[in-house]
Amino acid sequence: MKRIYAREEYCVGCRLCEIFCVVGHSKSKDIIKTYKKEPDRPAPRVAVWEDGPLSFAFQCRHCDQPSCVEACITGALSKNEEGTVLCNEDKCVGCWTCITVCPFGAIQREEGEKKKIVKCNLCSGEPEPYCVSHCPNRAIVYEERGVE
Amino acid sequence: MWGSRKRLNRKPIEGDVRIPSGCAVSGIMNKKGKLFSGETIIQSISIMRDRSNGLGGGFAAYGIYPDYKDFYALHMFFESEENQREVELYLKENFLVEKGERIPTRKVPVILDSPIIYRYFIKPRAEICEDVCMTPDEFMVRQVMFINSSFEGAYVSSSGKNMGAFKGVGYPEDIGEFYDLESYKGYLWTAHGRFPTNTPGWWGGAHPFTLLDWSVVHNGEISSYGTNRRYLEEFEYECSLQTDTEAATYLFDMLLRRHRLPLETACQVLAPPFWEEIERMPEKEKETARALRMVYGKGLLNGPFSIILGSTNGMVAINDRIKLRPLVAAEQGDMLYVASEEAAIIEVCACPSKVWTPRAGQPVIGRLEEVDSWVSVC
Amino acid sequence: MGFSMLAPEYRVDRDKDRCIDCKVCVTQCPYDVHYFDEEEEKVFAREENCVNCHRCVVLCPTRALIIRKYPLEFRENSAWKDIDIRQLQKQAETGGILLSGMGNPKPLPVFWDKILLNASQVTNPSIDPLREPMELKTFLGRKPERLEIGCDGSLKTKISPQLELSAPVMFSAMSFGSISLNACRVLAEAAEQLGIYYNTGEGGLHQSLFKFADHTVVQVASGRFGVNSEYLKIGAGIEIKIGQGAKPGIGGHLPGEKVREEVAATRMIPLGTDAISPAPHHDIYSIEDLRQLIFALKEASDYEKPVSVKIAAVHNVAAIASGIARAGADIITIDGFRGGTGAAPTRIRDNVGIPIEFAISAVDNRLKEEGIRNQVSVVAAGSIRNSADIVKAVALGADAVYIGTAALLAMGCHLCRKCYMGKCSWGIATQQPHLVKRLNPEIGRERLVNLITGWKHEIKEILGGMGINAIDSLRGNRHMLRGVDLSSRELDILGIKAAGE
Repeated sequence: MKRIYAREEYCVGCRLCEIFCVVGHSKSKDIIKTYKKEPDRPAPRVAVWEDGPLSFAFQCRHCDQPSCVEACITGALSKNEEGTVLCNEDKCVGCWTCITVCPFGAIQREEGEKKKIVKCNLCSGEPEPYCVSHCPNRAIVYEERGVE
Repeated sequence: MWGSRKRLNRKPIEGDVRIPSGCAVSGIMNKKGKLFSGETIIQSISIMRDRSNGLGGGFAAYGIYPDYKDFYALHMFFESEENQREVELYLKENFLVEKGERIPTRKVPVILDSPIIYRYFIKPRAEICEDVCMTPDEFMVRQVMFINSSFEGAYVSSSGKNMGAFKGVGYPEDIGEFYDLESYKGYLWTAHGRFPTNTPGWWGGAHPFTLLDWSVVHNGEISSYGTNRRYLEEFEYECSLQTDTEAATYLFDMLLRRHRLPLETACQVLAPPFWEEIERMPEKEKETARALRMVYGKGLLNGPFSIILGSTNGMVAINDRIKLRPLVAAEQGDMLYVASEEAAIIEVCACPSKVWTPRAGQPVIGRLEEVDSWVSVC
Repeated sequence: MGFSMLAPEYRVDRDKDRCIDCKVCVTQCPYDVHYFDEEEEKVFAREENCVNCHRCVVLCPTRALIIRKYPLEFRENSAWKDIDIRQLQKQAETGGILLSGMGNPKPLPVFWDKILLNASQVTNPSIDPLREPMELKTFLGRKPERLEIGCDGSLKTKISPQLELSAPVMFSAMSFGSISLNACRVLAEAAEQLGIYYNTGEGGLHQSLFKFADHTVVQVASGRFGVNSEYLKIGAGIEIKIGQGAKPGIGGHLPGEKVREEVAATRMIPLGTDAISPAPHHDIYSIEDLRQLIFALKEASDYEKPVSVKIAAVHNVAAIASGIARAGADIITIDGFRGGTGAAPTRIRDNVGIPIEFAISAVDNRLKEEGIRNQVSVVAAGSIRNSADIVKAVALGADAVYIGTAALLAMGCHLCRKCYMGKCSWGIATQQPHLVKRLNPEIGRERLVNLITGWKHEIKEILGGMGINAIDSLRGNRHMLRGVDLSSRELDILGIKAAGE
């Protein structure tokens, strides 16, 4: 399947991926409105990890055998036909089990009062995930690399 | 330079400025060397009257002075008798002058303001040639350039052996009549009708342009002139007339006489194949073609032209490499015809055995039989 | 830093209606301008540090930033302009030589802009490059005076090694050390893809770039950094650097902090040491010494590579170039007074040397007069900004040009001229790992290839307009040039006529 990959050698640590991830999942999808007028804007599904000059953007790997899906107590998490691991927000009860079992730490709690998780959904519906299209240095790519 | 001298006519002439022009060209030769009268070439060029505008016409004829074939025939224009005296003094110092005479002309109402027209049959003094370590040819080349650039009101219109250029301001057929060319017999004739875009014609600026026995008639405007000229200057050719024809003549002289390139190779320098074509050539041919473009890139005549080069040994007609100017060739028996337009050939040879349009950059070579080399003296 | 009399050069205008305090500017500024105040939860700027590199402006996702010249008005004075006062203040604070990066920015005339090109109308047709072949292929190297061709058309003359270029342009010498390995990689990959050459500069050739050797000209400078026999043998050509347009008369400077592990290994010098090239080559004190070095290098490379000698355009450039040609160089490279640099003393950069336009003309004339112009190649460098400059340079007499600044601009350089600080925010003139990675060679290469591809198209259009279909016919074709706003002396030196003549 097509996945998002980080090329840490070109990550400049600007965190534009995080910023645009939020925009991509916001109501208005307009950056200024999202940040200025949406107090309940979503949390980013991607995080830049940094240690000295090393940095890279990280989000859900959409594992072939996702432990989060196995562990989900309500069936909110599932893997669809394309292989994308998605969360049905209506079913999520915020038990955080998935967060504890994810080997990568790729699942976050939603911002604010909402007791839900957030995770990368590959910006389904968009031609390319927001973090990929807005990376200024092609340090995040969305491509088919075959079996890992 | 001529242009820097005092002249009655205050308008700029060749040498002062660069004058683009369009033209008609025609060339006829007998490959066996049989002589024929100038009437034919006059007839041929006259049919292309529309391609000239009366500001320049001329002819080159080969084989016309059999009695003086060992002498350089110096055709000259003088503006005044004083100018003539100065040059004659100079000639006597440096040459053996076998004969000097006025070139016979006829009165033609439309031909006006002709200069004093003379011819001299001369040989460089051997001791002087030895002194300066030059072949007689090389010596002649330098002298012609010297006379043209240093003597006021004097201009050498041709300087080869057993050949001559007859040119002036007017339509070519009128010039032919003026010089009474019907009475000359040659085995090779070229003609030129000129359409300069500005300036009144000047007798010295009419074509053919000659150097030794090379004569060039040319139709076109070469956009690479600046490059060609600088390249020639590197080899001490002085392009005082600022015309393409002059540059083309010097290029032929340099490539054939000084660099001793085969004729086909010299033509390839002037109109080389494109790199795309070169890449597709067989290995050996490719190697030569690459080297020629590498070394002689500045000799490429870039821009529209059709040129007829006349020489003692024959003639060559060639087009630019994308054929931006017309050129037609035809054969009938021992006769070879080339001209800007087919009409100019049909006018003098109603049923040629073969008529063709040479491809861009492909020379039509008319070699006088039993001639191996194009370089008269090496 | 304590108190400084120097006012900031730039002001950072942050549009509060747009700024979302996302901190991209904070992460991206290597000069410590932007900072996030945790208490105020807002981004602020220390404007005195700003060098106007535009990194923050370009990356700001809401276009909230504008960098302006600091609106500080000195009392008007035609003799003491702002820049003079600021430079003096800086020296009064530091007691040092003023340093600068990139080329001379002073408002001296740019002669390219005073030269206009010709086009065909009526008497000869223009040629349409979309429909007809248009040739830019260029060979650099020594040419024989004449060729000997056998009657069968076979070539009898052996031609010296040549550099074959798909267009008359190459990437100038920029050393690994002065620029990052990623930047070197961009030059190498682009040169390969374009069928041209790049020049290593004086910093040797990094192992990872050996695979582009066929498109590499290796440079030998007075410091001999990174020069060994493998290096000399691997490149397509060798260049002896005598001088550089930005700093004629002095050698290259690479501060120790830029000499990290890879740079040290490539240059073959100890880690962290300053790499200071001597002002002259200490084995070249005269022209006959140059001849010896040229032939030593030819000997070392089995006479398989053309050897270029690069000099700065100085007053006597024509005579020097002629000497270089006679000393056996195959290519003469001339770098004009606007040529770029990673670091040069400001006073030298701004005051020494002559414009490349005049240098080309003078050198071309001199070599022609001596009858050797066609035997050597002349490459012009220093402030070639676009395709029209290339056309003008070739028409004045150059065989090809080198571009440095233009290539860096294509990669992302914004010409802030602080290369000597080693903190290039675009990842070009730096060795700091977190900055180097900002230049993704893949993107850099695409942009550089785009630039030259665009230029090639433009040159073809211009040639076609002139009625010429091979670049050979433009060489020294000064008839294609006319001058505007030039004195008759300047026109004479350039060998061109005034517009209207």
